[in-house]
Amino acid sequence: MLARRIIPCLDVRDGKVVKGVQFRNHEIIGDIVPLAQKYAEAGADELVFYDITASSDGRVVDKSWVSRIAEVIDIPFCVAGGIKSEADAKEILMMGADKISINSPALRDPTLISRLADHFGQQCVVVGIDSFYDKETGQYQVYQFTGDETRTQKTSWTTFDWIEKVVSLGAGEIVLNCMNQDGVRQGYDIEQLKQARAACNVPLIASGGAGAIEHFSDVYQQADVDGALAASVFHKGVIPIHELKAYLKSQNIEVRPC
Amino acid sequence: MTNCKNVIVDTGCANLSSVKFAIERLGFSATITDDIEQIEAADKVIFPGVGSAKHAMANIIEKDLVETLQNLTQPVLGFCLGMQLMTQSSTEGINSTEGTEDIIIDCLGMIPTKVKSLDAQGNRLPHMGWNTLTTVNEHPVLKGINIDDYFYFVHSYAAPISEYTLASCEYGSKFSAIIGKDNFIGCQFHPERSGALGSKIIKNFLEL
Repeated sequence: MLARRIIPCLDVRDGKVVKGVQFRNHEIIGDIVPLAQKYAEAGADELVFYDITASSDGRVVDKSWVSRIAEVIDIPFCVAGGIKSEADAKEILMMGADKISINSPALRDPTLISRLADHFGQQCVVVGIDSFYDKETGQYQVYQFTGDETRTQKTSWTTFDWIEKVVSLGAGEIVLNCMNQDGVRQGYDIEQLKQARAACNVPLIASGGAGAIEHFSDVYQQADVDGALAASVFHKGVIPIHELKAYLKSQNIEVRPC
Repeated sequence: MTNCKNVIVDTGCANLSSVKFAIERLGFSATITDDIEQIEAADKVIFPGVGSAKHAMANIIEKDLVETLQNLTQPVLGFCLGMQLMTQSSTEGINSTEGTEDIIIDCLGMIPTKVKSLDAQGNRLPHMGWNTLTTVNEHPVLKGINIDDYFYFVHSYAAPISEYTLASCEYGSKFSAIIGKDNFIGCQFHPERSGALGSKIIKNFLEL
């Protein structure tokens, strides 16, 4: 049976792992390589590294940490942030990343998704979507440049229209960041994820809101997501991965043993 | 083991370094090369791959490696796309703005089976994540590997169950997780990204 994935997410800024609340006020958590190694050994199924500076400030970013991670861990990992072209993607994949995730550049040029899928295969093209629930319009709306508060802007896409679009262009997986929930540990946005699940037939990863062990069983059982991504609960040791997996197994959720 | 020459074939695809790192974590070394002489002289050949069979086969033809690879007599281990390239042909979807179209790519044909779309029976595709083996044959490369062991899969196409199946997996339908014929062995999953059990397969192979 295919296991549900537990995915610690490491936000990277200037080579350090950081974490903010609702995408703001980043504090340094630690060095990338030892943290990556720690999670791989603890039983994480996959890791995601978001270079949160990359897309928003347009400079050339040092990505040598990608190959340092590939050297030490024996589980898959995905790199997000600043990948704007086939050449950028190739560089990251050559350094040993298994997947690349694109977000703002896909919004600027949606054909990038098809070009990457054609070159590297659909399976390594992940599209990250930052979605914010607008209480006034009652719509889930896609945002871009969320790594930098001063440049964050709403796009013309509603979240579910954009999901359908990226899947039609060849996205192999979707990570849906529910921005209202990010960093506040009140649980995943089950309603939004349920609708996203219905809108796509590729793997869907929930992101934003994990605060307690039950939030994971809720999102697998109620929104049928393939994986759940979380940061602070893992970084701060609130939820040890082996306890999380033991709990999920007791709830009859398929997980890979630690 | 230091005298043992392990070669990773440079197919011009990505993910070569992760395979090299996996070998080095086990205390072995390996050279990434597309040099015919070095490949022929190797004790063990690893044939990795990620991405599209169309691009990989075009690279292999351009590098003039087709016959070299077909005629290898030392142990050869393929990973994921590398496994698929060892078969006779591979179906592959080509994405464009007009949608996805299936084409058939002629492959190297060392293992006489054909890679087709994975019949996932409504399950999500790609088949991505950790899945269990449902059968495991006796084979030196599979020493210590058992039914229900988890490995990391990422693919939408697969080799069917055949006489060349050494281990199987199920996702909607059964398919080959590992195939082999003579000195050629291929894993559909990624041993280099499958934790301790994946490393065990690589170690078994390097110690053949």
